[in-house]
Amino acid sequence: MSDALTHLSLGEASERLADRSVSARELAEACLARVAGTDDRVGAFLRVTAERALAQADAADRRAAARDRRGPLDGVPIALKDLFLTRGVETTAGSRMLEGFVPPYDATVVERLEAAGAVSLGKLNLDEFAMGSSNEQSAYKPCRNPWDLARTPGGSSGGSAAALAARQCFGTLGTDTGGSIRLPASFCGVVGLKPTYGRVSRHGVVAFASSLDQVGPLGRTVRDVALLLGAIAGRDPRDMTSSARPVDDYLAGLEGGVAGLRIGVPREWFAGGVEPGVEREVRGALARLERGGAALVEISLPHTRYGIGAYYLIATAEASSNLARYDGVRYGLRAREPRGLAEMYAESRRRGLGAEPKRRIMLGTFALSAGYHDAYYTRAQQVRTLIRRDFDAAFERCDVVAGPVSPGPAFRLGERSSDPLQMYLADVFTITCNLAALPGLSVPAGLAGGLPVGLQLVGRPFDEATLLRAARALEREVGPLPAPPLPAGAA
Amino acid sequence: MEVTRAMPVPDYEVVIGLEVHAQLLTRSKIFCGCSTAFGAAPNAHVCPVCLALPGALPVLNRQVVELAVRTGLALGCVVQPRSVFARKNYFYPDLPKGYQISQYEAPICLGGEVAFDLDGAARRVRLTRIHMEEDAGKNLHEVAVDGGSGVDLNRAGVPLVEIVSEPDLRSAEEAVEYLKALRAVLVWLEVNDGNLEEGSFRCDANVSVRRRGAARYGTRVEIKNMNSFRFLRQAIDFEVRRQVEVVDGGGEIVQETRLFDPDRGETRSMRSKEEAQDYRYFPEPDLPPVLVDEPLLARARAALPELPRPRAARYQRDLGLSPYDAGLLVGDRALADYFDRALAAAGGGPERAKKVANWIIGELSRLMNETGRGPADWKVTPAALAEVVRLVEAGAVSGAGAKQVVEALFREGGDPGAVIALRGLAQLSDAGAIEAAVDRVLAASPAEVERHRSGKKDLTGFFVGQVMKALGAAGNPGVVRALLQKKLGGG
Repeated sequence: MSDALTHLSLGEASERLADRSVSARELAEACLARVAGTDDRVGAFLRVTAERALAQADAADRRAAARDRRGPLDGVPIALKDLFLTRGVETTAGSRMLEGFVPPYDATVVERLEAAGAVSLGKLNLDEFAMGSSNEQSAYKPCRNPWDLARTPGGSSGGSAAALAARQCFGTLGTDTGGSIRLPASFCGVVGLKPTYGRVSRHGVVAFASSLDQVGPLGRTVRDVALLLGAIAGRDPRDMTSSARPVDDYLAGLEGGVAGLRIGVPREWFAGGVEPGVEREVRGALARLERGGAALVEISLPHTRYGIGAYYLIATAEASSNLARYDGVRYGLRAREPRGLAEMYAESRRRGLGAEPKRRIMLGTFALSAGYHDAYYTRAQQVRTLIRRDFDAAFERCDVVAGPVSPGPAFRLGERSSDPLQMYLADVFTITCNLAALPGLSVPAGLAGGLPVGLQLVGRPFDEATLLRAARALEREVGPLPAPPLPAGAA
Repeated sequence: MEVTRAMPVPDYEVVIGLEVHAQLLTRSKIFCGCSTAFGAAPNAHVCPVCLALPGALPVLNRQVVELAVRTGLALGCVVQPRSVFARKNYFYPDLPKGYQISQYEAPICLGGEVAFDLDGAARRVRLTRIHMEEDAGKNLHEVAVDGGSGVDLNRAGVPLVEIVSEPDLRSAEEAVEYLKALRAVLVWLEVNDGNLEEGSFRCDANVSVRRRGAARYGTRVEIKNMNSFRFLRQAIDFEVRRQVEVVDGGGEIVQETRLFDPDRGETRSMRSKEEAQDYRYFPEPDLPPVLVDEPLLARARAALPELPRPRAARYQRDLGLSPYDAGLLVGDRALADYFDRALAAAGGGPERAKKVANWIIGELSRLMNETGRGPADWKVTPAALAEVVRLVEAGAVSGAGAKQVVEALFREGGDPGAVIALRGLAQLSDAGAIEAAVDRVLAASPAEVERHRSGKKDLTGFFVGQVMKALGAAGNPGVVRALLQKKLGGG
């Protein structure tokens, strides 16, 4: 009975809380039991804050009893990628460098979710500093795909997607720098949205690449994602890159369908390299949308192939600078008994940082170095402009752009970890959206060989509402995927 | 003949450019709300932004932009409608983020000049640029923490402008005059406190020498750590001698940074070009470009005070003040403002200007030096001083009496008429009272009367003084003198 509760959508759980047919404590206990019964196999959580969650749930129940519910998220168990700072709760970014680091303040999005009454179950696994596409770069443990425990959930927000697929909570937050929400959402068969750059505050989010990072929600349904986005979006005076643009009502037009919607299908996103099963499911989803009244328009995004190169220069350049603060001076890991300052820096960083962050720091440092700056960093920024212009031109002819999230479905653990380049290519379709600062979403299109495949939708700046509406139209046809075969407590 | 004063060898021309770092007088730091107050306990004024905690983001203090714009307008710069913050990357314990937020390719001001007099001739030194940046913290080696060093981050994030001159300066003396003039303008604008010792106004010098007539500049050396005008002069003189010796000896100047040692009056090599850091500048992605629009410019222009040099010129041209008096008045903006207000209250005009100026430069400056109280703290209001001037003109109080009145007003404040009445300083023109006093003085000084009458010595002045003293400075000196001459029977 209590395990059945965990299979509700966030929206359904919220309705049950509203009509008081279930209490926040019951929901929290059901989720915690599910985590206890499944997470030794999945590895979605780095930290479960059960006591705190139950206290928050009880507070929500008291508000409900006093007819003082704060809204649809009040009392709903959620969980946070361990990249969001949580006051009083260890936050590691998946790195040894921050092991034991207990932040003195909350990220803005954490504040907003708590203000909405959401109950946080704990902190979710990720690639170290959000650098990776498989969650294998976590310094603590890998996270596994609930659909096939031999496969990765995708990354870097692997824990955020896997926890939802494993029915461990009702909604999660992730971050997306080059596909880190959409790729795991696709691999795990859930819905994930990377909002427009600036739509959600980055304050209190451990930075990877500041001009590309964006916080976004994941859920089992489109409606769940819309609910969460509504709670976290909006201007934050503590993040100057956050937009003052009013936040849309993402639920209002959600059921509006796709009649008349022009969907651009970029030639370059199907130009080979996409696995047949993925292409079949994606084209199938597009056909369903067409049957729903949408018009498919073939478009071209000619600079797509330069995206990976530009992305790995800009993202690594910014990362090399963002990670300089982990120097062992003020907090985090510090080398013991160093002989002098240089050794303290070198030893602290050698011990504290994993292979992927080191690789990216070196790449980024090189890209910014005197003599190479113009050839790499400056040129990459120019490519970025061209990619944005590609989309601007495309949006003259269509309302959303659609295609695969990644060339293949979830790959096996270890399959690509020895080949960083191969790993980077998993992001080929997702990174252009970050470079162009546009909103992008992954919604389940179907299963290929028993593994989920996501359809990616990219929209105009701040047009998340249209993405959600189109995704909802597909969801009505395909339905949320069934729960993966992961019985609780079978370990 | 050319003036070569500080020139050790006339065959060489000295080329100097100065980089000045001036702390802007804001209450809070440039990227957070922490206080900029000097002298607090270490790390009393820090927050997640100052400490570079993960997830902390800079939020630009708009007042910094306003003060930088004011500075740029006052120095005749072209204020840029769009400027960009950049990250300057390097590791040092007093630099918490591992980068300094500064401006690089697109500073807020370009061009401009500093005007001053050198040997009685007007000089104009061109500016290259002005940019905004944050200060670093301070390493504390003297207060060892657990056997190590400490870092005080109170200063980290304090706003600075860096003002870079063209290499237009040709001697140490000229560099000092430039620096004094620049400092005077900044203090006058109330953007900086001009304190060299506390480091809120500091300067680095780029020095090179070349054979007279050479078209190209010599290799430049950067000198740091000169926290007084005297040290700047010493450091440049030493450096010029050193470089000329090297070149004369057939050697080559090495591009390097040298530190001035005030104890020995020498510069010492700190790091060579090879050891110089590659700062890997790139645009700061956490901050949008700084936009200076027409309304902001208009506000800044309207708030711009009349600057010291134009003001001194106006005092000479319109009010007939001597260059010396005008220079003294504009040496301190508060003094000049006081002068303007008092003159306005006195009715204006060159005749009164001279009288008001005399009071300020004479009696009030003496009292200011004696008490250490600046014009802002004087109890004598400009209107009261103007009233004193009018009372002297009307013969209601003598010059000597007025001095007492002004001193009393300076110390206690109040109304000049009331002070005169209270102290009995009203000038006596009543011949009866004065005659009685004259008789008393003459009766009390028979020996002096004898000497005077014998023609050995004219003691009229002595007797006038005695009578005035007897009258408590209230006598009209003209009447006293006339009566004395009548009684002493002399011409």
